[in-house]
Amino acid sequence: MVKFADLPSAINEFVKDGETIAMEGFTHLIPFAAGHEIIRQKIKDLTAIRLTPDLIYDQMIGAGCIKKLIFSWGGNPGVGSLHRFRDAYQNSWPQKLEIEEHTHAGLTNKYVAGASGLPFTVMRGYRGSDLFDQTSGVVEINSPFSDEVLTAVSAINPDVTVLHAQQADKAGNVMLWGITGVAREAVFAAKKVLVTVEEVVEEFTPKFNSIIIPNIQIDVISLAPRGAWPSYASGYYERDNSAYIAWDKIAKERDTFLTWLDDVIHKESNAKGPKS
Amino acid sequence: MSSKLDSDLTWSDDEIMTITAAKILKNTDTCFVGIGIPSTAAILAKSMHAPNLFLIYESGTVNTNPQKLPLSIGDGELANEALTVVGMPEIFNYWLQSGRIDVGFLGAAQIDRYANINTTYIGQTYQAPKVRLPGAGGATEIAGACKEVIIIINQTKRAFVNQVDFVTSMGFGDGVGSREKYGLRGGGPSKVITKTLELTMTHLHPGVSKEQVIENTGWELKFSQSMKITEQPKPVELTKIRELIKTSDR
Repeated sequence: MVKFADLPSAINEFVKDGETIAMEGFTHLIPFAAGHEIIRQKIKDLTAIRLTPDLIYDQMIGAGCIKKLIFSWGGNPGVGSLHRFRDAYQNSWPQKLEIEEHTHAGLTNKYVAGASGLPFTVMRGYRGSDLFDQTSGVVEINSPFSDEVLTAVSAINPDVTVLHAQQADKAGNVMLWGITGVAREAVFAAKKVLVTVEEVVEEFTPKFNSIIIPNIQIDVISLAPRGAWPSYASGYYERDNSAYIAWDKIAKERDTFLTWLDDVIHKESNAKGPKS
Repeated sequence: MSSKLDSDLTWSDDEIMTITAAKILKNTDTCFVGIGIPSTAAILAKSMHAPNLFLIYESGTVNTNPQKLPLSIGDGELANEALTVVGMPEIFNYWLQSGRIDVGFLGAAQIDRYANINTTYIGQTYQAPKVRLPGAGGATEIAGACKEVIIIINQTKRAFVNQVDFVTSMGFGDGVGSREKYGLRGGGPSKVITKTLELTMTHLHPGVSKEQVIENTGWELKFSQSMKITEQPKPVELTKIRELIKTSDR
């Protein structure tokens, strides 16, 4: 049964050391507030899954929360590198980072398999790429119905999926709209689901391209206005591209990153960006 | 490098690459676009000769018509101006994998003589790279499935290598038969657009010499017998691209 809780309590109850966590949201609706709370609670040894680690996992990697990263595109979108990710992978700072790397299509299908209750699913992909030999859970499979060789990818079933959405209603159903990425698949693949929302409303007003996640699929909802900043929440605020550009400088050196951790994450009032 | 031919016309490397790429796209094409120059070229094409160009971004935006340049592949602008926004299983499985995309438009860090592209790492090994790059994203399956792939890359000797350090996305593998061997149903790379030329080896951009091209390529380049010069950007094209660039947050 879904419940409402403040974010620190929700993270404390539903995210544990050593678990596999998926914090999805493709460019849009990235659950930054939840990520920052995970850093504050010093949760560690996570296996963290995201198509695009983005700034949220760069921050969590630099803060020492993540032991293994499962991903498919590890850059700062439109800007360049994720420096904390690179420093961890290349120099083991602040600790060794193990990686399991996929393609977007591959990782998407791994969620689909997990959401469907299958051990794997079948796709055309990875073949011809050197990634095929460097990753795990990706094998060739003969089609039982044709002469083709296809690719089987194993399912992922996170212990906990964390999403940010625009709205929850009083009954704990969640509505998100705009770019939804693999949100639906990450929910159905997970054992536990934590959602932060911009707003709790009496009842939903239909929105263009919205999806609704029924309350029986959700464990806990926390109100977190501007909880996706510096990514965005369609209908609430836009992507703060200047913050993504500024991150490049902050993350580049360890000391500027550590200063950011102290000033922004551990002083909660600074973590949501400029008031809009 | 900035080139100049007419007395009052100058353009940057990025401008001529983008304009050249835009002109390849047809009004009837369905195009899967990556962020950066591919995206700028596609939006430029829509604002000029190809208003009906059907653009799909991996973030799920289908038939989108952005009025300003997105910084990321999932900017709100792409979603707000789209016919519809769908989840990623639909994008990768139903649109791309099924063979519905005419043109895939990719950037790369490294490319080799068989147009294999690398966006994973440069130097040393996968486990201990000299420089770790973002990785595959959508590129591997875009390169596999689109009817035609166009690659836009800044040409330097470091980027144009005999063999890429890592095949992130296959072009033509190690030659004839590689794509068939791996079951890649799309046609593979048809054009590579750089700051100096299009790498069907048919066109040099105006103001660029053969020597400059050889200087920036890590293998012995073959030139077409009937080497042509790319059409010089028109003032209207340069004006359009500069207006577009101004809309970016970058």
